[in-house]
Amino acid sequence: MIHKFNQGGLYIVLDVNSGAIHVIDEMVYDILDYYPNVNPQEVTSKLKDKYLEQNILEAIEDVDSLIAEGFLFSPDKYENNIHFKSRKPVLKSMCLHVAHDCNLRCGYCFASQGDFQGTRSLMSAEVGKKALLYLAQNSENRYNLEVDFFGGEPLMNFEVVKEVAEYGKNIEKLYNKNFRYTITTNGMLLTDEITDYINEHMDNVVMSLDGTKETNDKMRPRVGGGGSYDIIVPKFQNLVSKRGDKDYFIRGTFTKLNLDFAKDIKHFAELGFKSTSMEPVVSEPGLPYTIDESDLPIINKQYDDLAEEMLSRHGSKEDFGFFHFNIDLEQGPCIIKRLSGCGAGSEYIAVTPEGDIYPCHQFVGQEEMKMGSILDKSWDNEMSTMFKNAHVYNKPSCKSCWARFYCSGGCHANAYNFNGDINVPYEIGCKLEKKRLETSIYMQAKIMLMEGNDD
Amino acid sequence: MKHIKTLTKGSFNRVASTMGCGECQTSCQSACKTSCTVGNQACENK
Repeated sequence: MIHKFNQGGLYIVLDVNSGAIHVIDEMVYDILDYYPNVNPQEVTSKLKDKYLEQNILEAIEDVDSLIAEGFLFSPDKYENNIHFKSRKPVLKSMCLHVAHDCNLRCGYCFASQGDFQGTRSLMSAEVGKKALLYLAQNSENRYNLEVDFFGGEPLMNFEVVKEVAEYGKNIEKLYNKNFRYTITTNGMLLTDEITDYINEHMDNVVMSLDGTKETNDKMRPRVGGGGSYDIIVPKFQNLVSKRGDKDYFIRGTFTKLNLDFAKDIKHFAELGFKSTSMEPVVSEPGLPYTIDESDLPIINKQYDDLAEEMLSRHGSKEDFGFFHFNIDLEQGPCIIKRLSGCGAGSEYIAVTPEGDIYPCHQFVGQEEMKMGSILDKSWDNEMSTMFKNAHVYNKPSCKSCWARFYCSGGCHANAYNFNGDINVPYEIGCKLEKKRLETSIYMQAKIMLMEGNDD
Repeated sequence: MKHIKTLTKGSFNRVASTMGCGECQTSCQSACKTSCTVGNQACENK
């Protein structure tokens, strides 16, 4: 199986099953329509008005030699791969909901403005410690364990964050683990002291900001009204200026109401943020801000514009990164990871202030998706198996999709919310993901050609 | 080749004893929190 596309004047073909990617000329692009069962005579006769016969035959030879080497139309050999079939997902990541409360009232919040359809509550240090102990004790031989201090707004319960993080570090040796912490914050409560703590102890920090003041304040107001931009931007800039080389992301959300998000990402760069992310809103169908099919041409154009902007800055001081355009074509995740998907419900869980376990943060509050408790150690094996088995070979629409080894089947929560079935991916999400993938591959190709590394 | 420039030969076929070691980050935990993108995660066993 192959996938071909053209963008920005480049023609590109992916060999879906090997991960090989080639930049081709227009003639090869046209010739590939006649593959895999090519008949050179038929091709030359069909394309002779557009290209010289000798060139067509030469190009067919090129394509055939790539096929022979296994870099085009290679077979899918993974479904029955022994490593894949015998894989046993092991818990290794946890989203710790330390605060089901928030000091912003974001219009699109999937957490119902912080309470996740429940009572506003804060996690106790006791529950937090038990959650980390649960992770350490149930992660078998996994060494790296990820914990994301999440909310609501985790800084509303920062003393507990500190106590739990310190506890994790104290039990690392005993269980031979390495806890890696992330905190996701809206920044409202950042002080110098908290900033220094985060920079010292958190391996990654995700800071929520939607873009320009106008964009941000429209959807991210404070509890009592008024925007959050003026308060949080200086705090985020202060944090990043003192963070050194440690990871961070400035992360926004766009909705149907602000589809021109490329300008907001450029605004991140203007504010000095080099590591950016911008996500399409996750919401129920039919809401005024929910993205629908009619928005896709505008969104696609935004990704195109963003790519050109980033390419024009490549290698300069104004260079910046965008999470969804990060792609490592040589050393990305192994095929087992690509087949297994996000790990929700098997390798990754979310834990609420009450100690309840959900497959991931997006499912929290949906009672039917509760799968256990870290307090009574209950664990819904059936549900975990259902998530483990929700991989690309069990999703009919993924089996024939060229992007399956990059998105790995998409977001289970989106699939469940839109289609009531974790095995039926959310189609708009798929289309956006494919656009982002094509664009990121196009950028890599463009950079290769710009830098002359194409021999 | 005159008509084709290979950007990458791909890494999906690599056979490694560490394949599927499970040490890499869970995809939703790096930045997005909303849209699964496994393809841009880093391998811990480069």
